[in-house]
Amino acid sequence: MTTSRFRLSLVAAGLAAMLMAVAAAAQDAPVPASPPAAPAVVDTGDTAWMLASAGLVLLMTPGLALFYGGLVRRKNVLSILMQCFMAMCLVTLQWILFGYSLSFGPDVRGIIGNLDWAFLRGVGGEPNADYAATIPHSAFMAFQLKFAIITPALIIGASAERMRFSAFCLFTLLWATLVYDPLAHWVWGAGGFLRRMGALDFAGGTVVHISAGMAALAAARRLGRRVGSASPPHNLPLAILGAGMLWFGWFGFNAGSALGANALAANAFVATHVATAAAGLTWALLDWARHGRPTTLGMITGAVAGLVSITPACGFVTPMDAIWIGLGAGVICFVSVTFVKARFRYDDTLDAFGVHGAGGIWGALATGLWCQKAVNPAGADGLFYGNPAQFLIQLKATAVSAVFALAASYLLLKLVDRLVGLRVGQQEERIGLDLTQHKESAYTVLD
Amino acid sequence: MKYIVAIIQPDRLEQVLDSLTEKEVHLVTVSNVLGRGRQKGIGAVYRSHTEAGSLLRKVKLEIAVNEDFVRPTIDAIRDGARTGAVGDGKVFVLDLDECVRIRTGETGGTAIG
Repeated sequence: MTTSRFRLSLVAAGLAAMLMAVAAAAQDAPVPASPPAAPAVVDTGDTAWMLASAGLVLLMTPGLALFYGGLVRRKNVLSILMQCFMAMCLVTLQWILFGYSLSFGPDVRGIIGNLDWAFLRGVGGEPNADYAATIPHSAFMAFQLKFAIITPALIIGASAERMRFSAFCLFTLLWATLVYDPLAHWVWGAGGFLRRMGALDFAGGTVVHISAGMAALAAARRLGRRVGSASPPHNLPLAILGAGMLWFGWFGFNAGSALGANALAANAFVATHVATAAAGLTWALLDWARHGRPTTLGMITGAVAGLVSITPACGFVTPMDAIWIGLGAGVICFVSVTFVKARFRYDDTLDAFGVHGAGGIWGALATGLWCQKAVNPAGADGLFYGNPAQFLIQLKATAVSAVFALAASYLLLKLVDRLVGLRVGQQEERIGLDLTQHKESAYTVLD
Repeated sequence: MKYIVAIIQPDRLEQVLDSLTEKEVHLVTVSNVLGRGRQKGIGAVYRSHTEAGSLLRKVKLEIAVNEDFVRPTIDAIRDGARTGAVGDGKVFVLDLDECVRIRTGETGGTAIG
């Protein structure tokens, strides 16, 4: 009891310390400069689409919760749902207090945003032309918030069934602040160094999927293997419902990243849909060839791999080329889950690295192969359209983000392990996280 | 008194209950169970992870009978459950020491009927 109180107070103290540090820093910060003389005009169509997209992206996190929740054992399903939902609570507050400002606020040496926009100061109805000139700044902030929520939630796939809840909360706060926010700034922030280098990431292949995938690998290694042998998924229909919600919500994620209701959004929408279909089909066929039967779990896993891989590319490639990206996603993630995981024996419970890491890296590189200025004049031509240099830029950006995310996540996991202990006790793990971490059971057996 | 336990294929339950009714055996407890026999289960595959011979779904019947009903009960179960394929199941017959009807407190053979 005392140790659990101790852990609780550590988590609370960490949160409070972050808050006070930011409050102090923000007081010293100068008031943001007044907007330019010609005020940007809010477009109602764009704003309506972006608010709807923000809602769609938020729905992906409960979708992910069901997807992951269906794949674990009965005794751990609530712990997954709770962690995903808690990511919505924790990261929302972190984001509006200081996370958004660190990610998108005025640039400090291409590395991080400053704290001028902490507590949403200056983030209101007036559009910000650096990011989205036709929608209220607060709509852009809210849209980006949903990305910041789902990214740490993706990592749960690797730590599932054995991570202590207090450790999850502390890690999520630290990771959002020290890994996600800087990466988002590098790739998307005005002045971010990967953005200036010309790296293309339309909707978050690097920031969301590579970073979460690498953190997942770090978590699987740092936590170690689960006790006993892994049992089959406890509720596949739940996982399929979750995968369906992910596919649906992903239209907000990808088409919404056009930041307006326009032709580019439509291209991203169609490319996303096509790649997902191709990847789901590919995995089902691979299962059929290798195991004699096509599996539902393989099909939905392939679909998610397709969604991941098309994410950085969807606003730069044609829907026809999206077929190749989806096909590649199915093959690469299948190999990663089937052979790489077995070879290196890390216990990536629900294949967060196998799908988001491998698929994210493939998507970032594939963007450099198939991107075209004809699709998006703000983009670039890729290797297959006469510009091999873009592929090298993608390779460099991928390597930088992957190495940073892996190393930083590993250090944070070590720190959290030292502070509160990452893993539940063996006996608690056997009984299950639902009862031992939350004093609840998902299903009753007796009436 | 005997206690008869039978493990059968789930899809034969209706026929077994019908043939038990024909022999005037009405009292039965049924439960869903998992098990395996010599044929082993069917291997399942989850993301290329193969679960060798997972357990198969079966239905378990438990019936307490007086001596006169032992043979008819076994026959009824066989009639209803047999398909001729591997996995049709088994019938076990155990001695039963005592039986008490909770409502009346009757014991022994009268309590069973």
